[in-house]
Amino acid sequence: MSFKLASSPHTRKNNKTAFVMLTVMSACIPGILTQAYFFGFGVFIQLAICMSVALFTEYACLKWRNKPIKRSLTDNSALLTGLLLAVSIPPLAPWWIGAIGTLFAIALVKQAYGGLGQNIFNPAMAAYVLLLVSFPLSMTSWLPASSLMVIDLNFYDTLSTILTGYTSQGYSLEQLRSGIDGLTMATPLDAIKTNLLAGYTYNETLSLPIFDNGIGKGWFYVSLAYLVGGLYLLKKRIIKWQIPVSFIGTLGFLTLVTQAVNADGTGSMLLHLTSGATCFAAFFILTDPVSAATTNKGRLIYGALIGFLVFIIRQFGGYPDAVAFAVLLANMTVPLIDYYTQPKVFGHGDK
Amino acid sequence: MSPLQEISWQGLWKNNPALVQMLGLCPLLAVSNTTINGLGLGLATLFVLLGSNITVSLVRNWVPNEIRIPVFVMIIAGLVTVIQLLMNAYTYALYQTLGIFIPLIVTNCAIIGRAEAFASKNNVKLAAWDGLMMGLGFLLILVALGIVREVLGNGTLFSGAHLLFGSMATHWQITLFETNETFLIAILPPGAFIALGLLIAVKNKFDKRIEALVVGEKKAKTTERARVTADNIT
Repeated sequence: MSFKLASSPHTRKNNKTAFVMLTVMSACIPGILTQAYFFGFGVFIQLAICMSVALFTEYACLKWRNKPIKRSLTDNSALLTGLLLAVSIPPLAPWWIGAIGTLFAIALVKQAYGGLGQNIFNPAMAAYVLLLVSFPLSMTSWLPASSLMVIDLNFYDTLSTILTGYTSQGYSLEQLRSGIDGLTMATPLDAIKTNLLAGYTYNETLSLPIFDNGIGKGWFYVSLAYLVGGLYLLKKRIIKWQIPVSFIGTLGFLTLVTQAVNADGTGSMLLHLTSGATCFAAFFILTDPVSAATTNKGRLIYGALIGFLVFIIRQFGGYPDAVAFAVLLANMTVPLIDYYTQPKVFGHGDK
Repeated sequence: MSPLQEISWQGLWKNNPALVQMLGLCPLLAVSNTTINGLGLGLATLFVLLGSNITVSLVRNWVPNEIRIPVFVMIIAGLVTVIQLLMNAYTYALYQTLGIFIPLIVTNCAIIGRAEAFASKNNVKLAAWDGLMMGLGFLLILVALGIVREVLGNGTLFSGAHLLFGSMATHWQITLFETNETFLIAILPPGAFIALGLLIAVKNKFDKRIEALVVGEKKAKTTERARVTADNIT
């Protein structure tokens, strides 16, 4: 062991914005690859669309606002917003879905509030809500896991469906989404919502072909992959443990209690934690350093609040998944949470 | 500027009820989802505002100060009832589309605001002109919002014109583009908030630019001297 004498600064961790954003993006890679494995090449094309529109919009806004262009463009924050939105929208959504969403996210949610660090709302989630409210059909047209699909899609077919709405053989998106029995396949949470409204019980719904022992086919592994990416971020200390733990803990606890009280009242805890955007959001969306709470106690409250909101919207609301709405609602409470959870400065205040 | 010009400038731009005073936003945001709805409600508000300003100005010397607000509200409510019955009689379909927002004109703060702030202190001529200009300012913003939201949301213009103008207007609808999936948010209330926010931003931008031009001209004419006197210490 050598004791080198070095002058300050002694910490030389590279924690510039650009590096942090790049690490978050690389942590998404396992999730993206798993998504591509189960749901086809669409996600790559959506990534290309969203990320290029994000860069272009950021450039145009900065130019218009007379802000330093190079510095903001190279901090990778716009790219990350594009990436987060691209993995949230259905892989075969028409190209303009991603384009409109990213344009809205960067121009209105981020730049209109003053650029990076100034936005109240999470840009990717605000854009997701805009798209979901505006284009409910396209935004819920998820494909079933590829093992359930009747028609195989190659890269060219995927591209052609995104650009024109039809594959090269002329199949429409609706036909692609149908299973062998001709019934349209939905996402696990979507199926639960529709079937419960139609009067089925939870257990009947969970025996549909899109489920595998009560958890969504494909979705389980996608969630797992995002979990791996999230753990990597935790290890790298890019994000703190408070938000993911309190979010997942609250959601899991609520489903566990509900199921203990009424066995047919909700899906299993595992179903809730591995479907929809739960895992992805816990590590990649909620932990957005700009729009999330910034005190340690505040982070716990913030995560728990979103967990609670997600649970009640999934359980009683009209939309199948609720992460985006819950995040936006919680974003609004962040100034209040931060205000009341300010840690006391040592030596000041009472005890 | 003559008083009449000043009033017009205030009503249409500088003190616009929708963009600057931000009064009466509830009907403004709720019914501006098509141009015709916006125009219909804008006209109704314009007539009520004109009538209430004239009436309030006429009775201003007889109304005791303590009970002026109830009196103004009674006058406005009476006029709104007249408009409501007229619309019920002549533009029944539009009356049904606008629904609760016609009676709600009574609670439109822009109207009681003008009665209190202007009509109760000025003569009939000025009050009438003020009502007309404020009403026009409100109407223009309603129509502008309606156009933006209808074009973005439906790709059409003047759809449902026959509701307001009768059967001769059945073919006035202009279809700018056809789409299977409409941009729903533009028609839903969040779209109204976003569009109004953008309109206000555009107006502020204009004002800044005009101000910069005026200041620039002044600067060119006079050399500026930095002097600290009692006048500019605040």
